[in-house]
Amino acid sequence: MIFIKLIKPIIPLLILISIGFFLWRGLAINPTLVPSALIDKQIPEFNLRNLISPQQTLSKQIFLGHVSLLNVWATWCTVCANEYPVLIDIKNTHLVTIYGLDYKDDRQTALRWIKKYGNPFAKIGFDPEGTTAINWGVYGTPETFVIDKKGIIRYKVIGEVSHRIWQRILLPLIEKLQREST
Amino acid sequence: MIPELGHFALILALTLAIIQTLFPLIGATINKISWMLLARPTAIGQFIFVTFAFFCLMYSFVTNDFSVLYVAQNSNTNLPLFYKVTALWSAHEGSMLLWITVLSCWTFLVAIFSKSLPLDTIARVLSVLGFISIGFLIFILTTSDPFIRLLPNFPANGQSLNPLLQDPGLAIHPPMLYIGYVGFSVAFAFAMAALLSGRLDAAWTRWSRPWTLAAWCFLTFGITLGSWWSYRVLGWGGWWFWDPVENASFLPWLTGTALLHSLMVTEKRGAFKSWTLLLAICAFALSLLGTFLVRSGILISVHAFAVDPTRGEYMLKFLFSVIGISLLIYAWRANKIKGSSNFALLSRETLLLTNNVILMVAMATVLLGTLYPLILQALNLGKISVGPPYFNAVFVPLMMPLFFIMALGPQADWQQMPKKALLEKFWLVFIAALILGCALPYLFTGTENLFATVGIGLGLWIIFATLQGSYRLHKKVNLKNISRSHYGMVIAHIGLAITLIGITLSSIYSVEKDVRLAPGQSTHLANFKFAFTNIAALTGPNYTGFITQFDVTQDHQLMATLHPQQRFFSVQQEGISDPGISKGLFQDFYVALGEKMDTDSWAVRIYYKPFVRWIWAGGILMMLGGIISVFDKRYRKQSLKKIFD
Repeated sequence: MIFIKLIKPIIPLLILISIGFFLWRGLAINPTLVPSALIDKQIPEFNLRNLISPQQTLSKQIFLGHVSLLNVWATWCTVCANEYPVLIDIKNTHLVTIYGLDYKDDRQTALRWIKKYGNPFAKIGFDPEGTTAINWGVYGTPETFVIDKKGIIRYKVIGEVSHRIWQRILLPLIEKLQREST
Repeated sequence: MIPELGHFALILALTLAIIQTLFPLIGATINKISWMLLARPTAIGQFIFVTFAFFCLMYSFVTNDFSVLYVAQNSNTNLPLFYKVTALWSAHEGSMLLWITVLSCWTFLVAIFSKSLPLDTIARVLSVLGFISIGFLIFILTTSDPFIRLLPNFPANGQSLNPLLQDPGLAIHPPMLYIGYVGFSVAFAFAMAALLSGRLDAAWTRWSRPWTLAAWCFLTFGITLGSWWSYRVLGWGGWWFWDPVENASFLPWLTGTALLHSLMVTEKRGAFKSWTLLLAICAFALSLLGTFLVRSGILISVHAFAVDPTRGEYMLKFLFSVIGISLLIYAWRANKIKGSSNFALLSRETLLLTNNVILMVAMATVLLGTLYPLILQALNLGKISVGPPYFNAVFVPLMMPLFFIMALGPQADWQQMPKKALLEKFWLVFIAALILGCALPYLFTGTENLFATVGIGLGLWIIFATLQGSYRLHKKVNLKNISRSHYGMVIAHIGLAITLIGITLSSIYSVEKDVRLAPGQSTHLANFKFAFTNIAALTGPNYTGFITQFDVTQDHQLMATLHPQQRFFSVQQEGISDPGISKGLFQDFYVALGEKMDTDSWAVRIYYKPFVRWIWAGGILMMLGGIISVFDKRYRKQSLKKIFD
C-alpha cells in the first residue's frame, strides 16, 4: 500500500517518459526514407533522349562500371533550384558522376537553365512525359538515387540534397561503394 | 527592411519573455512586489513585438517579396490576395509564427482580464506562459526563421500555395485550431501557478474555467472546419479519416472536454482536485504533442519532404522539459492535496467521473492508434499504418456509455441521488427515445437497422432528457436566476446529439458509385438519376480547367444541379478535382470528377449522403454552447454566487 501511495504521483511522469522514448526513437528514423521497392534492385531498363544532344539516346549501360548519382529534377521545381548549387559543388569534387533526369519539362527552358546556372550532370536524360520516372518509382522532384558499379540502386534521397546530407550520408556511402569490386 | 524588422521584433520579444518568466516567478517566491509587477507590462510588450513580427511577414506576402525564402516557397503573384494572406501559415515557419502569435494574444488577454486576481497568482501564471513563449521563440529564431532572405539571386516569382489549401475552409482552419490548442496553455498556466504556490483550493479552477471553455470553443470550431474542408475539397466524400494530423487535434479536444467537466466538479464540490490538475497538464501536453507530431513530420512520412531533424529534436526536448517539470512539481505536490470527495455511487460526481474516465480512455486509444506505427518502427518491427477500422472498432463502442450517461448528468443531484428519483425523472424520456429510435429507421427505409436505432435512440435520448431538464429548471427557478452556462450546456449537449445522429445516419445510409460517363449519359444511384448534361472550359485566377453540369432528378423532378470541376494549377503542375455538392438539411448529392478516360468520357464518383450536414451543425452548436457559457456573468464577478446548483 505504501508503495502504491509513493508510486501514484509519478505515474504520469512514467507515462511521459515511455512516450518520449518512442518519440525520440521515431525521430532517429529518417522520415524521408520512404521504403522503395527498388532499393537493392537492378535499375529499370530505359531508353531516353539526351537533353543536350537529342540524336543521342541513353540507356541503362551508362550506369555500369562506376558509382553514380541520378538526380531527378525539373526547371519548374523550386526545391530543385535550391539544390542545384549543391549538385554543382558535388560535381566539382570529382568524386562521383552525376546523371540527371529532366522530369516533365520543356526542352528549351531546360537548355536555357543549364546555360544560365551551369551543368552538374555528365549526361541528362530527357523525360517529358515522366514515364521513365514512373519506372524508377519517383514520387516527385527532386529525388536522388545512388547507384553502384553493378547498376544496383543502393539508396534514394527524397527531397533536397543538402550539403549536410552529402557530407553525412552520400559521401560515406559512395566511398564505401567505390571500394566494392565490379 | 520589413522582414529584418520582423526578425528583430522577435528577438526583442524573446528578451521580454525571459524577463516575464524570471522576475515574476522569483518575485512571487520571495514576495517582492516590484518584481511581480513586471509580469503584466512584459507580457503586453511581448504581445506587441510578436504581433508586429507577424504583420511584417504578412506584409512580405502581400507585397510579393520573393527575396524572403518562405514567401518564395509559398506564394505567387497570381495568387488571390486572400490566399496570399493565408499562405502565411501554410507551411512550417509561418505556422510556428502563428503559434507564438496566438500564444502572445492569449497571454495578453490574461494580463488584461485578470485585474481581480491576487498579484502573486497572476505573476506565476504569466511567468509560466512566458516560459512557453521562450521555448517557441528560440525555436523559431534558431531553426525555423520565416524571415530568411534569398539574396542576391531571388526568384522573380514564387512557388505558390498548394492548390488543396486554396479554400476558405482551410484558410481559417489552422488559426482556429491553434487558438484552441494554445488556449489550453492558459489552463495549464493556472494549474501550474496553483501547484507552485501550493494553494490548491478551488480558486484556480474558477479562474481558469472561462479560459478553458474559450479554448475548447475554438478547438471545436477548428476541428469542425477541418472536417468540412476534407469533405468538400478532398473529393472523397469523407469527413473524418483518423489521419495522424486529425488525431493530433482530436486528442486535446477529448482531454479538454474531460477537463471542462472536471473543473466544474472541483469548482463546485472541491472534489477531483489532483485529477483536474493532471488533466490541465495533460490537455496542454497533448497540444504540444500535436504540434510536435505535425511539425516534426515523424508520422506522415509521405508528406514529410525535406524535414529538418533538428526541428523535431528541439521540439521534443522542449515538450519533455515543460511537461516533465510540471509533472515533477505535480508529483511533489500531489500528496498534499486533500480532496473532500464525499459522494454516493449514484450522484452527479460519479457520472462526471465516469465521463472523465471514458473520455480519457478514448483519448488513450486514439493516442495509441496514432503512435502505434511509430512504436513498431522504433522497435524495428516493420512499417505499418493504423487506419479507420481500428479507430472505429475501438472508439465507437467506448463512446456509447458516455452518450447514455450524458443525458443523466445535468439532472442528477450532487453527492447523492435516490434510485427512485432517477427512474421517475427519466422513464418517459427513455421510452420515447427507444420507440422513436426503433420506429424512425423503419418508417423511412422500410428495414430495421440496429446501428441506426442505437444512434438515433441515443441522440434523441440526450436531446429529450436535456430539454426536459431545462424545462424542469424553468418551472422551479425564476428565469433571471438561470445562468448562461446552463443554456450553454443545453446547446452544447444537443449539438453533440445532433452530430451523433448525423454521423450514424450518414455512415449507414450513404451510397456511392464509380462510373464512367460522357456528356449526355446518365446513371442511377439510390432512387436518383444523375445526368451528365454539360461540360465547358473554365479559367480561374491561377488555374484553368473544366466545369461540368450534372442534373439530379427523382421521378422526373429536378432535385439539384451540380457543377463539379477539374482544375489545373499551372504553377504547381497539379490538377485537383473540385466536387459539385448540393447541400441539404437532410441529404447531400455529391459528384467528383476523376480522370479523363478518353476524348469525352470521364471517371465520375457519385455520392448520396443523407444527414451529413448534421455532423458540422452539431459542431457549430457545441461551439455556440461554449461561447454562451464563457460569457456567464459569474466569471466576471469576484464572489461566486451559486445561481444554479
